[in-house]
Amino acid sequence: MIEGILIGLSTALSLTNILMVMVGCFAGTIIGMLPGLGPMTAIALMIPITYGFDPSTGLILMAGVYYGAVFGGSTSSILLNAPGIPGTVATAFDGYPMAQQGKAGKALAIAAYSSFAGGTISAIFLLVAAPSLSKVSLAFRSPDYFALMILGLTAISAFSSKGQFLKAMMMVVLGLMLATVGQDSLSDITRFTFNNMNLTDGISFVLIVMATFAMSEALTIIFRGKDPNRAAKQISLTELGSIKVNKEETIKMAKTIPRSSILGFLIGVLPGAGATIASFLAYGMERNYVNEEEKQKFGKGSVHGLSAPETANNAACSGSFVPLLTLGIPGSGTTAVMLGALLGFGIQPGPRLYQTNPEIFWSVIMSMYIGMVVLLILNLPLIPYIARILAVPRNYLIPLILFFSVTGIYLMSFNNFDIFLMIGIAVVATFLRLYDFPMPPLILAFVLGGLMEETLRRSLLISDGSPNFLWDRPITLIILLITITIVGWQIFSTFRKKS
Amino acid sequence: MFNDDFINIIREEIMKLIKTFISVLFSAFLLFSSTSSFAVEKLHFLIGGGAGGGWDGTARGTGEALTKAGFLKSASFENMSGGGGGKALAYLINNAPKDTVLVQSTPLVLRSITRHKGYVKGTGTLSYKDVKPIAGVIGDYGAIVVAKNSPIKNFKDAVDHYQKDPKSIKMAGGSVRGSMDHLIGALAFQAAGANPNDVIYVPYDAGGKALAGLLSGETQILSTGLGEVMGARDQVRIIGITAPERVGDAPEAPTLKEQGYDVQFVNWRGFFAPKSMSMSDYNKISKMLGDVQKTPEWEAVRKRNAWVNIYNPGSKFDAFLEKQTVEMTALMKKLGVI
Repeated sequence: MIEGILIGLSTALSLTNILMVMVGCFAGTIIGMLPGLGPMTAIALMIPITYGFDPSTGLILMAGVYYGAVFGGSTSSILLNAPGIPGTVATAFDGYPMAQQGKAGKALAIAAYSSFAGGTISAIFLLVAAPSLSKVSLAFRSPDYFALMILGLTAISAFSSKGQFLKAMMMVVLGLMLATVGQDSLSDITRFTFNNMNLTDGISFVLIVMATFAMSEALTIIFRGKDPNRAAKQISLTELGSIKVNKEETIKMAKTIPRSSILGFLIGVLPGAGATIASFLAYGMERNYVNEEEKQKFGKGSVHGLSAPETANNAACSGSFVPLLTLGIPGSGTTAVMLGALLGFGIQPGPRLYQTNPEIFWSVIMSMYIGMVVLLILNLPLIPYIARILAVPRNYLIPLILFFSVTGIYLMSFNNFDIFLMIGIAVVATFLRLYDFPMPPLILAFVLGGLMEETLRRSLLISDGSPNFLWDRPITLIILLITITIVGWQIFSTFRKKS
Repeated sequence: MFNDDFINIIREEIMKLIKTFISVLFSAFLLFSSTSSFAVEKLHFLIGGGAGGGWDGTARGTGEALTKAGFLKSASFENMSGGGGGKALAYLINNAPKDTVLVQSTPLVLRSITRHKGYVKGTGTLSYKDVKPIAGVIGDYGAIVVAKNSPIKNFKDAVDHYQKDPKSIKMAGGSVRGSMDHLIGALAFQAAGANPNDVIYVPYDAGGKALAGLLSGETQILSTGLGEVMGARDQVRIIGITAPERVGDAPEAPTLKEQGYDVQFVNWRGFFAPKSMSMSDYNKISKMLGDVQKTPEWEAVRKRNAWVNIYNPGSKFDAFLEKQTVEMTALMKKLGVI
């Protein structure tokens, strides 16, 4: 292994490759910040450029764009409530409230440190255990994924605080309903498309998020007529942009980062999950670890709640290289594009990759460390300036948010219909918001609902219609028992408080 | 003062982004457009899916080879997602844009057979018959695959297992029931004398996930495109491909034909023009697509994407589409998906 690390270092530290890491990270950060443009599109467009490159250089560039985008996506989540990529949606849950309290710089800094730590820690896992981790990739079957989605749904409790329980549940149902639009995941029957071709592919996750978060947030501000940035404006620009994290917050991060890194990495290793699911699960699980007082802060600017998904999405991003490199299985669209590029270079992924192309395997891992440092150096000094976006008067800021939402969704699908659909959903969401319906449960149910249905039906198909799959496998059983424990404990503690 | 700065920053960012985009898209083409005798001046590729998909790769790769090899002066690309490619197809039929070709593949034939009605003016059914097929250019064969450590060594073993207990064989695929992945496996089992409708098909939402399902052991065989499993050749055994003979990129994969099952299926990708395209333009484009396959520029793109050349132009392509439609209609009726 030491030999491998040395080979990797010498490849990764060549002038071209360091330059590529920097270019990739920079491009990725920008692409991540802009809503709608994701790493998959960026990498697909880059393939013609990487064509003449050495394979490791090409892969290093693509990996840089990938984790750069996951890093940069948090910025627009935190500042504008407009997640740049699906993996940073959960970041907005606590990042945006924190920024609204005038602590934008701090929120961005916490996100940057968490991303850095998550990426670095998981690169260590990758270095030490990638070959054996390929077994983890294949350990999960459909029933286990189903159980995982059920576990993920428990995170909804984070948004159903006092008096909001019923409203949160109603939003969950709405989210599950929206997830059923489009072609059925198992047969070719279309559901709720009203014979409109634009709906046969279903409603995209990014569209729902942009409509219910960014656009409806902007519209709500107009309707309410109050300026939520007033608090931010009263605070001096230096404080708004301050990236200082105090001791108490550092301790909180130190607790959150290790557990979220492990969780995020493991979820990333699973080909059926990915960074988005990882960030939601980490957010939900984090709430179960912290004490009662901290629990109440979730959704209102909790350090734990911001750090957990930010750590997990970067960790998952590194984790997704395990099935890609050791098995040749792409877990997401982004890694599928990268696999295509690898094959184009004449590289055969698999357990033999260590022997046939050791420099590729090790240099990619080594470049991740360099990339993480580059990203941190690139991002931290910029935070004070970027955070000042919030000091922009709302008559400039709101049109900008609306503009980026519309162009972002168009750039994603090149389909005009999506723009109208997004505006329609945003208008409905705005009214729901004005009546205090929380949006995160809808998002959570939407993203988990589709997968939940698909994995449940597939499990039933494989078990010939018998419900035995729920307890036949230890992994399924354990995850379901954890879920029952969490739900049971929450019901129990609610009753205890009442009596 | 500050606001102006801010707006300038945003403006610069947008400009930067646009510049990057433009340079990425066009640098390749500008560099190689110095020669003057072109077969075709300009061609617009309409792509019914997003960046990074199979259609996108085919159109951009073909455009790149055509311009680099000096057949085409300028190529432009347009992604138009929606309805699994149906939106772009409807656009081509209804608007008949000039100098435009649409990239499509086997799902077009399946779409022509199934219920996708009402999306075109009048009562049109959105079929390949509403556009002008130019040529099939590349193909991917179907593959039946098992995990490396599976007791199933060849396709006969799979059929034997199935005949002993039809429920013991679960067949995974990277798309819904009635999709191409399903049809490939169904064709193979049908050729072995089984009722294709009794083979339990387990759909996944992507080829990679179906592959993970196979390797995790929840399904016994996987039916998909050969291209989908090329990345995982170390983990799987290909027990049959639907090609007429073994292919150069995967010489270890036996054909179903050599095992005594007469199954041939190719997932073609090709180009289509609006009905209104003039015969001279049509012929020029068709010829150019064939000629380019002999150039090193095409070979570079082909190799990079592990494509199989199947230049199949004009009336031959029409006849092929007709034959595929008849075969698939019969099979899909048996499967109960239409």
